[in-house]
Amino acid sequence: MNLFSTFRSLRLWAAVALLPFVASAADQDIGDLTRLGGANLFAKPLPVYISGYSGEVDSVLKNDLFFMGIDSVPEAQASYILSGKFDGSQIEGTLMDKVNKNYLTRQAFRGGNARIQAHTLADAIAVALARGPGIARTKVAFKAKKGGVSEAFISDYDGANVQQVTQDNTLTVAPCWAGREVLYYTSYKLGNPDIYYHKITTGERHPIARYLGLNTSAAVSADGQHVAMILSKSGNPELYVSDLSGTNLRRLTTTPQEESSPCWSPDGREICYTSRASGINRLYRIGLDGGAPRQVATIGVSNCTEPSWSPDGKLIAFTSQAGSFRVCVVEAKGGEAVVLVEGEDPSWAPNSRAMVIVKRQNGNRVLSLLDGYSKRTKDVARVWESTSQPSWSR
Amino acid sequence: MKKNISNFYRFAPVLLLIVIISSGCNRQSKLGSVLGARNTPVTDDGAGSRPGGRNIDNVPPIGNGGGINPINTSPIPVTDGGLANGDGETAGSFGANMDEDRSKFETQTVYFDLDKSNIKPTEVEKIRTVATHLKANASHKVIVEGHCDERGTEEYNRALGQRRADTVREFLAREGVPPDRIRPVSFGEDRPSETGHSEAAWAKNRRGVFILLTPKKP
Repeated sequence: MNLFSTFRSLRLWAAVALLPFVASAADQDIGDLTRLGGANLFAKPLPVYISGYSGEVDSVLKNDLFFMGIDSVPEAQASYILSGKFDGSQIEGTLMDKVNKNYLTRQAFRGGNARIQAHTLADAIAVALARGPGIARTKVAFKAKKGGVSEAFISDYDGANVQQVTQDNTLTVAPCWAGREVLYYTSYKLGNPDIYYHKITTGERHPIARYLGLNTSAAVSADGQHVAMILSKSGNPELYVSDLSGTNLRRLTTTPQEESSPCWSPDGREICYTSRASGINRLYRIGLDGGAPRQVATIGVSNCTEPSWSPDGKLIAFTSQAGSFRVCVVEAKGGEAVVLVEGEDPSWAPNSRAMVIVKRQNGNRVLSLLDGYSKRTKDVARVWESTSQPSWSR
Repeated sequence: MKKNISNFYRFAPVLLLIVIISSGCNRQSKLGSVLGARNTPVTDDGAGSRPGGRNIDNVPPIGNGGGINPINTSPIPVTDGGLANGDGETAGSFGANMDEDRSKFETQTVYFDLDKSNIKPTEVEKIRTVATHLKANASHKVIVEGHCDERGTEEYNRALGQRRADTVREFLAREGVPPDRIRPVSFGEDRPSETGHSEAAWAKNRRGVFILLTPKKP
């Protein structure tokens, strides 16, 4: 008994001792980060040798891990080893530190299907390697277009399990997640672009903004308290904010030019949006309670629209249009912009590393996943003729 | 990375101890907890044993459970007048009991320069033609559609299309048409008249379109 309790306290102590170790293992990467103006943008990927899986499970697992900063590499280049198997009903994975042969975690999951099991294991491995929060079981909402009709769709973040949300045979555009069961979007169902709330688990929906003129670009704050939107009822497109049902509407901007594409800071206290007040599209930040807008400098690029604030609050991704469209990032306080890839309309993954963007291909558009560190993209299977306006769930 | 390795060596004896102790004692190891395997009663019990697996049904994915079930959509409740916002600015009942005529002012379609919403001198007479008709027919109304070419981001174009429609509406109002008989609607780049990707197609897509509304014949 005495020996057992000694063991128990030892184990407790060891567990506590391990905490700073895990943290420091992650901290060591800082010297290898992509640097910009003194800011560390994205962590270097961790090289992992993955063995024992095959087919769909193997490709889903590796794809998930890649977009969480964990690269599948040959054994000789690996720092970690993930080995396991999928036996048709259950997935298993054991993660080892290759250098010291330290055992890091062992996970097994059953139920669901092979894809969900692979996603769940990927999330657990990412968390074990301090690359969380996991993104493998998140969803992307988007607009798919066919001729003059567009509808709101959702799918797994990697494009699997596509589901059509609206069937209105009109234009449904600019979908935005609010939590994990509700979309806000703009629908022309009643002949005018109006903003709707739509609970996808029940089908319940109702308009929240149906004013004369434009009602669009709904963005719901991460705390689920407010909706930012663009309304033109005053005579030209301006930025407004309301509560989730559209009531307590307040106007935040007063310019004679267009405001567009608002997004929220992760704490829900500020909105970043596009304004043409200076004659050209630039990014601005404004407090939830109004006040003077502050320009977000984007040194090196111009004509900036479609900001998306990273969930960790550090970066703002956006589109710069000068001839072609390019996805860029800048520190949230403004500064030198970094061009990532050709594309537009970025939406951040919860891990503030991956994004879903839009690429133009042969006159149509396709969604593509982007890894911020490597700037590598992976196109997502297109729905209908054209897919655009992605919103990545939190 | 070098520092990383030396850290591993420094902690190696501790880690080894943890692994040995963990595997021998309690199936729910503290190591697992620390590394993110919380609530995993049977999955972290060391090499050699057979983990039973955590049931994934307890880890709900978002949406409706990750299946491919059709999503129900109830009809949108149509409430005339829209939100009870009290300022009378809703789009609500504008075209109720009226017929749409898209051809009447087909040749009056107004064209705009790239990324501009001002009325060009060449387009002024077209708008005056529409204004003359509306002033002579007090029961008639008009929808002004604002459209853009594809060279812009989508929601910016939706705002730009609105500015184009609003500019035309303001012009009509200055010509003496009551503004409450003019409804501006932006389609951004979503309804091009030409599907090509040339300058010629783009020029035709940057436009303001008039749709005449006349009272339904009894």
